[in-house]
Amino acid sequence: MYQFRKGTELLNLCQRYELNIDEIILRCEMEESGQSREQIWDLMQDNLQVMQDSISRGLDPDLKSVGGLVGGNASKVQFYMEKDNLCGKTILKAITYALAVSECNAAMGKIVAAPTAGASGILPGILVALAEEKDYSQEELVKALFVAAAVGKIIAANATLSGAEGGCQAECGSASSMAAAAAVFLSGGSPEMSLDAGAIALKGLLGLVCDPVAGLVEVPCSKRNATTTAVAITSADMALAGIKSFIPFDEVVEAMYRVGKSMAADLRETAAGGCAITPTALRYAEHMLSQQSEG
Amino acid sequence: MTSVFQIIGPVMVGPSSSHTAGAARLGNIARRICDEEPVRVDFYLHGSFARTWKGHGTGKALLGGIMGMDPADERIADSFYLAAETGMQYNFHTADLGEVHPNSVKIVMQTADGRIWEMLGSSIGGGKVTVSSINGMDIEFSGDYPTVITFHRDQPGAVAQVSEIISRHNINIAFLKVFRSSRGSDASMVIECDQEVEPELLEEIKALQVIKEVMFINAGLTPAK
Ligand code: SF4
Repeated sequence: MYQFRKGTELLNLCQRYELNIDEIILRCEMEESGQSREQIWDLMQDNLQVMQDSISRGLDPDLKSVGGLVGGNASKVQFYMEKDNLCGKTILKAITYALAVSECNAAMGKIVAAPTAGASGILPGILVALAEEKDYSQEELVKALFVAAAVGKIIAANATLSGAEGGCQAECGSASSMAAAAAVFLSGGSPEMSLDAGAIALKGLLGLVCDPVAGLVEVPCSKRNATTTAVAITSADMALAGIKSFIPFDEVVEAMYRVGKSMAADLRETAAGGCAITPTALRYAEHMLSQQSEG
Repeated sequence: MTSVFQIIGPVMVGPSSSHTAGAARLGNIARRICDEEPVRVDFYLHGSFARTWKGHGTGKALLGGIMGMDPADERIADSFYLAAETGMQYNFHTADLGEVHPNSVKIVMQTADGRIWEMLGSSIGGGKVTVSSINGMDIEFSGDYPTVITFHRDQPGAVAQVSEIISRHNINIAFLKVFRSSRGSDASMVIECDQEVEPELLEEIKALQVIKEVMFINAGLTPAK
């Protein structure tokens, strides 16, 4: 009854039942999993709690990642956002939290994959920053997570969420798309606006390659969580301003999948292209290998 | 269909679903194979596991799994220290395991009674894993279901006897696969069930004449992507 595969189907359901995306996907999950509304709600609430904890952990200025390439950057932006700056507080706060989760992840801390571990900072970054800046309740945040999940589910069904399959556009691109839709929802936008924001964000990141230095989820992953967070917020604002995506969401998802398919294997998580084969990256990789063999 | 918790989730210790979460899961399954904490473990890391294990905490995750930690257990980051405390010996080796998935590991465990246990497994993405051999017998399972594994003599009726016991206990079988060793007389059955399996059922299977050994692996749901 509430099942959907495409964005258009999701919007039809919203219209038919006069409900927003969060409620449609919740009912869909109840139908498919056989679990009760409360069970599903509680699990999502637990996820939100882990996200919030991972932000706190990642704000530690002394945090060091396993590979030693990131850590402490979230704390730098947190300090800087109180001073004269360019983006303004809301975006900087979202970036701070996105970096925090991603640095927590790189330091073997506990995170929620959203939709993957590498791209885990974007969604919590935006949601928690908006909650603080605009006083959203925990309950509204949980609903926003359901909206993000609906967008991710459509991408998973029609394309891919894996960097090895589709490049970083499938990981950070999808996360940014999900977060943009969730931000529109929080701001009171319509379901159509949510998917327009999701489409605009994904278009903005189309073609993004996966090129982790030395194969580790640190560079460029961590800062890419921050930059794609900014893409999500700007896309949400555009949709809220009434801008439509000329290419509908479903077609953007298909385009993303096609681009991923035509991407060389070097640019899909193999650490054989992009940033991963720059001289600096190769020097680091060699250093890491020699340290590893020393035990 | 994909659950929302495969999109927003799993909860896991970073940094990588394939190199950390999947590794913890492989360790966790290995632990259930020998069914007690081993006194010594050797990990033979292959391919991408061999190249990037330190930076991904793959070693800590494997060892944490051996100590019974699941992929969301924050103690994974301290597993080397915790293993040293219990006196467990562990070593990591890089190895070429042949034509296997790039994220593969062979785990060799020794229990207090001196027995050696061996498992070959791969982390295939998104935290999912497959096990492809136990104690030299080529088999295949994912650990996504409560799984009963038998090692038995390759005789007529063996499969029927085991499945009869399982159905009598009202356990629904999701998948049943039979494997034969290339060496001849040995065979193995992998039975993936829809429900938890009680110890009495395993005892009944163990008592069958054709059965040499029974294992039960319940590693919980895969924290799928
Ligand atoms: S670069 Fe690759 S590993 Fe890093 S976040 Fe993007 S998809 Fe994930």
